[in-house]
Amino acid sequence: MRTPLVRWSLLSVSLALALTSCAKGTGGGASATPSAGQFNPGATFQGTISVMGFGATDEIGSTRVDLAKKALGGADVKLIEGDLDIQQFLSSVAAGDPPDIVYANRDEIGTFASRGAIIPLTSCIKGEQIDTSMYGKDALGQVTFGDEVWAIPEFSQVQITMANGDLLKQAGLTIDDVNGSSWDKITAAAKKLYKAPGGKLRTIGYDSKLPEFLPLWAKANGADLLSADGRTAQLNSPQVVKALEFAVGIYDAQGGFAKVKALRDSADFFGKGNQFAEDELGAMPMEQWYVNVLNDVSPKAPLVFDTFRTPQGRPLAFSSGFSWAIPKGAKNAAAACRFAETMTLVDTWKAAAQVRLDKRKAEGKPFTGILTGNVKADAEIEKMLTSGGPVWDSGVKAFYEANKHTFSLPANPADKEFKTAWQDAVNRVLNGQDKPQPALDKAQRDAQAALDKAWAGWTKRTN
Amino acid sequence: MSFLRTMRWKDTRAALLFISPWIAGFLIFTAWPVINSAYLSLTDYDVINDPSFVGLDNYRALFEDPKVGLALRNTALFTVMSVPAHLVVSLALALLLNSATKATGFFRTVFFLPKMTPPVAIGILLLMLFNGQSGLINGFLGLFGIDGPAWTTDPDWVKPGLVLMSLWTVGSSVVILLAALRGVPQELYDSALVDGAGWWRRTLRITVPMISPTLFFLFIVDTIAALQSFTEAYTAFFGSGNTTYSNDAALFYAIYLFQQAFEFLHMGYASALAWLLFIVIMAITGVQILVTRRYVHYEGGKP
Repeated sequence: MRTPLVRWSLLSVSLALALTSCAKGTGGGASATPSAGQFNPGATFQGTISVMGFGATDEIGSTRVDLAKKALGGADVKLIEGDLDIQQFLSSVAAGDPPDIVYANRDEIGTFASRGAIIPLTSCIKGEQIDTSMYGKDALGQVTFGDEVWAIPEFSQVQITMANGDLLKQAGLTIDDVNGSSWDKITAAAKKLYKAPGGKLRTIGYDSKLPEFLPLWAKANGADLLSADGRTAQLNSPQVVKALEFAVGIYDAQGGFAKVKALRDSADFFGKGNQFAEDELGAMPMEQWYVNVLNDVSPKAPLVFDTFRTPQGRPLAFSSGFSWAIPKGAKNAAAACRFAETMTLVDTWKAAAQVRLDKRKAEGKPFTGILTGNVKADAEIEKMLTSGGPVWDSGVKAFYEANKHTFSLPANPADKEFKTAWQDAVNRVLNGQDKPQPALDKAQRDAQAALDKAWAGWTKRTN
Repeated sequence: MSFLRTMRWKDTRAALLFISPWIAGFLIFTAWPVINSAYLSLTDYDVINDPSFVGLDNYRALFEDPKVGLALRNTALFTVMSVPAHLVVSLALALLLNSATKATGFFRTVFFLPKMTPPVAIGILLLMLFNGQSGLINGFLGLFGIDGPAWTTDPDWVKPGLVLMSLWTVGSSVVILLAALRGVPQELYDSALVDGAGWWRRTLRITVPMISPTLFFLFIVDTIAALQSFTEAYTAFFGSGNTTYSNDAALFYAIYLFQQAFEFLHMGYASALAWLLFIVIMAITGVQILVTRRYVHYEGGKP
């Protein structure tokens, strides 16, 4: 390696590398925002559109993809399956070779929009004449950023109260004691329901589901974690602090979070040995899809359902879900727009629901519904439900009811950092490293700093 | 003279040709990303928009970021606990294996097998084995009347749990040490036996000095691996095992770097973090080499 040639070639190669790295141009500014004329309900499409982040793994997915493909009038649909890999997606946009459409969590849309990774759908909606009033208000709110809609929402997750009826009865309690309508009653119920013979926790009385459900507890107490414009963090308001103190207090009343989490971790959450079937849990708020899981794996478990309620007795749920967005530089944005529209039309959802209904019937199981994120489709599908007995029907009724009383966090450009900030705070409290007030004070500072920085970036890019 | 030079050039050319695949691979997959990340560490880069040059801002921010300090402390503590534990346990197992007279091949394989477990599975395994309520570890401690700690939630016990769990993969070190043990000349033991030296004395005075180059190698390699440790802790405390629960006692440096780069999309800042880690590792390795130089015995003189 000592010859001059080697020395010089090495030097020149490394220099070349260094120089090209500096000249690395990304995020090429091609593809101006498309105009409404590009989107036309009468147009048909050729070629192939690529869909990233969506696997049509069940009949709800595959039926809709088939219909969406038909609506393209000739073009083929290629699914790049698996959860959306954000880095892979953004790199493909930066390299100028993005998929035509991506399937992303609704709370990621603000981040993508603010960085210019996706295009606003205003002209897509106008051109294809998509009736956005059919989408749930919160679902649409989560994908609206800077006064424009950036994605077409679908599916909804909401929380309801789930409880073990036998345990409640043994303790002389009813579902009203654990549905959230009285926080004092929940604390009392947790103390009555939990069982820890010899100091070892056998039954969790009530699981307040921290850290993930802090937004729900805060909202029940009248507080939003983030201002409606998505710019101001509101993490250390007295209501949020009180909500956290209460939800953590539930764990403290049962021997501490460590024991609750250890028992929770050891449960067979998706199987026959789930916490309700094994009498390991009194009650908890939980997302609606778990009703279907429980119905599937332990149809005889003694469950009782109700909506999650505010101290005023009103149903309340934190809504989240998925959405379709079109990347900047997508080769076939018009076809992608048609695809997203067709996937979320009332008739498409109905057709998919019908397929599932038939399948469940053949298996001798009830059709427990789907929350589509489309209000009209939800109403239609609710009419198609089949009974699975009073217990499961009440669960389904509860989540359809909850779906009408939702809230969500507004789109913002620093969603991940915002979430990390409040979750870190809750975790520090749960791990015994901090008290609620100072933990949330710190989260407020961190979250606001991240929001300010991200919004400044957005302002810089748009002006 | 010129004939010799031509010969030498021909040799060099052949050698270069033979190693050219490696050179190309090195330049494309190692040198280029390293140089690129050095540049990116001086920019504000979110993966999608062009990097904008910000000078040393990222490095300044790094010194004001309390999480960098926390992550460095966590990583240092983990390294200080896990490296000696690894060396002692793998040496003990290797000595045990070395004295086995039957089925050594079988035992060697068995000891190495756990190393084949994917790191993500080890992370999940940790949550099960160290479950404060029903885990095997606390069940075992319970046999002796010890009320085991909450390994997976108590910030004081999270790192010791991770250290113990990391011993799961001690097998590769055992195999390397065993090879070294087999290389210690029998005459040395024979003469020590004649002089009446016991097992401890033979081990400390003959075995350990004779395999010190291997121990030194493992010391350096284990230290670097511990400083870069990521997957097990991430899986158990930040990733799939827990989607929202996390424990900042397990926030290792590489985990924080990953969060900044791939969750928050602060690629510039993450690159600066990577360079800081690189410098820290270089410094620590340098100190290790200097400090341990006089304890390592090379049979063929200094290399």
